[in-house]
Amino acid sequence: MEIFLSRKSLPIWLLTTVVLAGILLVSCRNNNQPAASSGVSGLPADAAALATARGLTPDDIYGALKTYMPTGQHDPYIMISSGGQSGQVYVIGVPSMRLLKAIGVFTPEPWQGYGYGGHGDKVLAGGFVDGKPILWGDTHHPSISETNGEYDGQFAFINDKANARIAVIDLRDFETKQIIKTPNAINDHGGAFVTPNTEYVIEGPQYAAPLGFEYAPLEEYAEKYRALITFWKFDRVAGRIDQSRSFQIELPPYWQDLCDAGKKVSDGWVFCNSFNTELATGGIELGNPPFEAGTARNDTDYLHIINWKKAEEIFQSGNYEMMGGIAVIRLQTAIDEGLLYFTPEPKSPHGADVTPGGEYIVVGGKLDPHVTVYSFEKIMAAIAKGGHETDQYGVPVLPLDATMEAQVELGLGPLHTVYDNKGYAYTSLFLDSAVARWTLGGPYANLNPDEPWSLIQKLPVHYNIGHITAVEGDTASPGGEFVVALSKWSIDRFANIGPLMPQNFQLVDISGTGAQMRLLYDMPIGVGEPHYAQIIRADRLKPWQVYPEIGWDPGTMAPHPNAITSSEQARVERNGNHVEIWMTVVRSHFYPERVEIKQGDHVTWHLTSLERTPDATHGFAISGYNINLSLEPGETQTIEFVADRSGTFTYYCTEFCSALHLEMLGYMLVEP
Amino acid sequence: MPRFSLDSDVKVLLPDGRTRPLTAYLIPSFLLMLGGLLLIVSIFVPYWSMTMFAPQYPRGLKVNVYVNQLEGDVREIDSLNHYLGMPPLDEGGQLERSISVAAIVALGLLLLAGVFVHNKWAAVLALPALLFPFIFLVDLAFILYQYGHSIDPQSPLGGAIEPFMPPLFGEGMVGQFRTIASAEIGLYLAFVAVFVILLGLWFHRAAYKPVVDARTAVSGSQL
Repeated sequence: MEIFLSRKSLPIWLLTTVVLAGILLVSCRNNNQPAASSGVSGLPADAAALATARGLTPDDIYGALKTYMPTGQHDPYIMISSGGQSGQVYVIGVPSMRLLKAIGVFTPEPWQGYGYGGHGDKVLAGGFVDGKPILWGDTHHPSISETNGEYDGQFAFINDKANARIAVIDLRDFETKQIIKTPNAINDHGGAFVTPNTEYVIEGPQYAAPLGFEYAPLEEYAEKYRALITFWKFDRVAGRIDQSRSFQIELPPYWQDLCDAGKKVSDGWVFCNSFNTELATGGIELGNPPFEAGTARNDTDYLHIINWKKAEEIFQSGNYEMMGGIAVIRLQTAIDEGLLYFTPEPKSPHGADVTPGGEYIVVGGKLDPHVTVYSFEKIMAAIAKGGHETDQYGVPVLPLDATMEAQVELGLGPLHTVYDNKGYAYTSLFLDSAVARWTLGGPYANLNPDEPWSLIQKLPVHYNIGHITAVEGDTASPGGEFVVALSKWSIDRFANIGPLMPQNFQLVDISGTGAQMRLLYDMPIGVGEPHYAQIIRADRLKPWQVYPEIGWDPGTMAPHPNAITSSEQARVERNGNHVEIWMTVVRSHFYPERVEIKQGDHVTWHLTSLERTPDATHGFAISGYNINLSLEPGETQTIEFVADRSGTFTYYCTEFCSALHLEMLGYMLVEP
Repeated sequence: MPRFSLDSDVKVLLPDGRTRPLTAYLIPSFLLMLGGLLLIVSIFVPYWSMTMFAPQYPRGLKVNVYVNQLEGDVREIDSLNHYLGMPPLDEGGQLERSISVAAIVALGLLLLAGVFVHNKWAAVLALPALLFPFIFLVDLAFILYQYGHSIDPQSPLGGAIEPFMPPLFGEGMVGQFRTIASAEIGLYLAFVAVFVILLGLWFHRAAYKPVVDARTAVSGSQL
C-alpha cells in the first residue's frame, strides 16, 4: 500500500517541480525584459526614439499597436465593403485595414478574368437591361447571408443602385456567381438586406418610375409612378436567387431609401424609410422647387412597416399579378391584407436600423438633430388598435406618439446606426463629421454604466461620414471592438494626388465604455466611393484555398463537364468549321502549345488547371482577341469565340506563376 | 475474479520422460506469430517519408511511402520535378509495391509455419522476415539513387542541377528545397518485428532443443 502511494505521488512531485521550474524561467525572462527596454512609456529605446523623431503621440502609438499586423498574422475580422461606382466589392482585413481583394461584380475585372471570355461573361449578361450591356454598377449595401440573425459567412449580396440589380457572391471562393436584373424597376437603393435566415434578399426602391419604367409624363407622377420592394428568394443549396419564387410589393412613389429586416421579436417584418412623401417632381428650370427643396417641405416622411411573412402567404395564395416575369402584389392588395403601414419619421431620413434583439428601429433624421427610436411592440399595438387615418394612397398611418419609444439628440446630420454588445448605438453624423456613441434603453440599459437614451461621446472623423459599420454591428449578436467610419471626403488626410480624392475608412476603437472611443487608423479608398460595409468575424468564413478537385467549374460550383485531368487527354478536334480544344494548364506550360485554326472557325476552348498548390494561379490571355482568364488551382473554364481575324497570335500566362512563367505561352495560328 | 493462468499440471513430456512447463512452448509460438502480425500491421502505415521545405512552401511538401503506395503531395512534387525531367514519383519501385502485400503475407505465413516446425529449420523460415526491413532500405536507397540520377539534360532546369543522391535519412538540399527524410512507424514496426522474431527464435531453440536432444539421447541408448 505504501509503495503504491509513493509510486502514485512521484509523478505529482515531478509535475510540481516542472511547473515551479517553468514559473522560475518565465519570471526570469520577465525580469530580463525591462533591462532591454528603457525610456518613454516603457517602449524599447529604439522605438521610443522613433516615436519622438516622428512626433507620435501616445494615442498614435496606441493606434499603431492596435492595428499593426506582423507578417503572417491574420486579421480577426474581415470587412466586406461596397465599391460604389467601381461596381466592385472590397474585402478588407480589420484592424490592419489592408485590402485583400477587389471582387469584380457589375464591372469586368481583368485580374480575376471576370468578363473577358470566361464564365464571368454569363454572370455579367444576367444583369443586362433589356439586352443592353451594362458593364458597371453603383454598389451600395453589401449583405452577408445570415442564420438566426447572425452572419453565417456563406454568401454576400450587393445591389447596383444605378440599374436596380442584385448580385450574389459565393464566399467559398469570393467570386460573383449571379447578377439578376430587378424586373419593373430602373434603380434601387434599399438593398441588399437579408431576412434573419436569408429566406429573402430584400431590395428596396429609390426614385419612382411607372412600373416597368415605361414612359409617362411627370404630370402623371401621383397616378402612374410607383415604387417596388423586391423580396428575392434565395436558394442556399443552389447558391442562386430564384426569381420564380420571388415577389415584389407595389409601394407609393415616396422614394424609399434604406431598409432593414426585423429580427428576433420583430422577425417577419421589414422597415424602410422614405424621403419624398411630398411627391416632388423637380423642374428647377421651370421655376418649380428643385428636388432638394421639394422633397424636404414636409416635416415628416413615412417609415414603411411591411409584414413580409404575411406578404409571402399572399404571394403563395396567388393574390398577385405577373409583371415583367415576376409576381407583383399590388398596392391595394397590400393595404387590404394589412401588409403595409406607415408611421411618421423626421424628414429626409437615412437608415432604419433594427436593434440586435429586434425591439427597436432607429431612424436617423439627416435634417433633424435627433435619432427617432420606434418600439416594435408599440407598432404592433397600434396596428392591432386599428382605425387609423390613411395617406393619399389609402395606407394606414400609425401616429408617431403611438409608435415612438424615444428621441435622442445627437447632432447634425444623423444618417445611419449600428450597435455593439455593450448597449451602445453608433450613429454617423454627416454634417458634424462625427461618430456619435449613445445608449439604448430598455433591455440594453444594464449593459453599461451610462444613462439610457443619451448621447455619450462624439468623435470627430474626417470628413463627411456617410455610413458607419461595426463588428457584426447589424446582427443579432454584435461584437464590440471596432467601428469603421466610412468618410466620404478626405480633403487633407492623405498626400494630394489630384482633384479626385480618396474616400477615408477610419477605424475607431470602441472597446471601452463611456466617452472612450479612439480613432485608430485611416485607410484611403482610391478605387470608388463605397457606401455601406459589413464586418464579419474571420472565423465564420470557410473559404477554399484551392478548388475542391481538378476540373471544378466556379460558374456552376460543380465539376465541369469538359474538364480533363492530365495532358494525355488534351486534344484539338475539328468538326466542320467548329474547333474544340481541351487544354491543360500547369507550371510552366500549356498543353498543347500550338493551336492551328482557320479564319472563320468557331472555337470552343476548354482550359483546366492541373494545379493543387495554394496560390499557383495561371492566367490565360489571347492577344488581340480580348480574352483573359484567371485559372486558379483546379479550375476549368470554357471560352468561345469566332476566329474572325487571321494572323499569328500568342496566348500566354498572365499571372506570374513560376520561374519559367515567361516561357509559358503558345501560338495560335489563324490561317486566312 | 478468476485469475488467468496456466494449469501448472499441464506439461510437455519429453522423449526421455522429463517434463517441461507448457509456457516454454507457448512463448516462442506467440512471439513468432506476433512478429508476423507486426509485419502485417505495418502494411497499413507509412515506412518512410520525405518532407521538402522551400520559402514558397511554408508548410512543406510531404510524401509518405508505404510498402504498397505513395501518399501526400505527390502531384505537386511531380509537377516540380518535371522541371528536371525526372520521372513521376509513382514510377519508382512499381514492382516492389505491386508484390509487397503478398510478400508480407507470405512472410507472416512462413513465421506461422515456424511455429509448427520444431527444429532449426524454423530459423530458416523466419530468415526472410528478419531480412525484410534491410531489404526495404537497400531497395529504397537504390530507387532514390536512380531517381536522383535521372535528371534529363533536355528539361527546363536539367542543366542547372547536378545528379544527386537524395538522403535516405536526415537532411539534404536540392535547389531551394531542404529535404528531410525519416523513418516512419511502419519501418519501426518492421524492426520491432525483427527483435520479436529473434527473441522468439531464442525461446524456440530453448524449447525444442531439449526435445531434439532427448530424442537423440533416447534413440542412441536404444541402439
